[in-house]
Amino acid sequence: MSKLEVKNLNMHYGDFHVLQSVNMPIAQHEITAMIGPSGCGKSTLLRCFNRMNDLIESAKIQGEILLDEKNILVKETNLIKLRKKVGMVFQRPNPFPLSIYENVSYGPKIHGEGKKRVLLEIVQKALEDVLLWDELKDRLKDSALSLSLEQQQRLTIARLLAVQPEVLLMDEPCSALDPISTQRVEELMFQLKEKYTIVIVTHNMQQAARVSDRTGYMLLGRLVEFDETQKIFTNPKHKETEDYVTGRFG
Amino acid sequence: MERHFEEELKDLSKELLLMGSLVEGMILKAVQALVSRDDKMAREVREDDLKVDQLQLKIDEMCLTFLALRQPTAVDLRTITSAMKIITDLERMGDQAVNISESAIQENKEAPLSPFPDLPKLAGAVQKMVRGSLDAFVNKNAESAKAVCQSDDNVDDLYHKIFKELLTLMKADIENVSRGLHLILVARNLERIGDHATNIAEDVIYLVEGKDVRHHVEKV
Repeated sequence: MSKLEVKNLNMHYGDFHVLQSVNMPIAQHEITAMIGPSGCGKSTLLRCFNRMNDLIESAKIQGEILLDEKNILVKETNLIKLRKKVGMVFQRPNPFPLSIYENVSYGPKIHGEGKKRVLLEIVQKALEDVLLWDELKDRLKDSALSLSLEQQQRLTIARLLAVQPEVLLMDEPCSALDPISTQRVEELMFQLKEKYTIVIVTHNMQQAARVSDRTGYMLLGRLVEFDETQKIFTNPKHKETEDYVTGRFG
Repeated sequence: MERHFEEELKDLSKELLLMGSLVEGMILKAVQALVSRDDKMAREVREDDLKVDQLQLKIDEMCLTFLALRQPTAVDLRTITSAMKIITDLERMGDQAVNISESAIQENKEAPLSPFPDLPKLAGAVQKMVRGSLDAFVNKNAESAKAVCQSDDNVDDLYHKIFKELLTLMKADIENVSRGLHLILVARNLERIGDHATNIAEDVIYLVEGKDVRHHVEKV
């Protein structure tokens, strides 16, 4: 079943046609990877999924993005609720300059949760889900900025999980991490996909090959090919995809 | 964009072709040793086999290194995995040529069987398959690979015809049994070489089209 469905999506930044008639389903409880050279529109597409492009004045968008069969591009969409459901992890970990505890409890608090006991439970559960609880349970009052980059990236994921999202968007989540930390975050993604639907944008083709179930290849705003990851990396249908994944282009 | 490992892929193809042409030569020599009753030529086949074995190890190593260091995908990945399978078939073909040369040495100890079966025709058809499968690999040509797969039926027919002829000769006179058996082994080894050439052709189809046609040649 598709958790998200992109239908004939077109987007312009002013005169620049940044997304061109994109159509793709995103299956529930799968990891979907978007690959393509810089500027191909993959991050822009990712940001459409929780309407972060709304912040860009010159951006104009047409088409539909269905989340659980409801178009999120209509005016009536409650953006706060949408972004609670569809959360984003960025390239560089961006913890708030607050304590570990406050980082994770921040979301539930602004969504109205006031009970300390409940908040602590949420924090514990979220940190357990990103495999940080055992490491950090005695340091919850320490500044989040004192953590390693990998821990910070896990913490930002925990911060998302605390508001019970359904879709996790990850924009180059490992590009600031060393190979071991990258491997750990990838393992975490594997575990998270049981509960969440994950869309990841990555420059690292091996990462897309390792972690994703389906892969989309984008070039100059077009979705050139979208298929099972195994097919994209062993026998892509389009020459453009083949040239990119074999390193002949890009 | 020219990739720095393009040369490595070309070298791999070159070595594989060298191995292929050696094996092709071995098959020719082995059959020639039998037809012209030339033991010296038969012994050369065994010497060539050592070179073929060394090439198998060398190409295997090249493929493993490429997999480990270049992490190939798509057509590059299919090239490497096909090459690894092709050299296994080539090595077996070399062994079968050695078997034929050994049968030739045994056969040459006695007077030639009469009438002599048309083994050169079978050998010619098999050699054409071997050449065709290797050319298809070099030129990445799925159509000529498919033609190789289809010609295997002809080789099988020739083999069965020779088998029957030899059986008849052996039934007619017990004196023919030892020579007849050696020739059946030769025919059998040639037929198996045809099967290996078919395997190579199937690998080429996978390499070019990404379609796995093994075990259902009728769809080729």
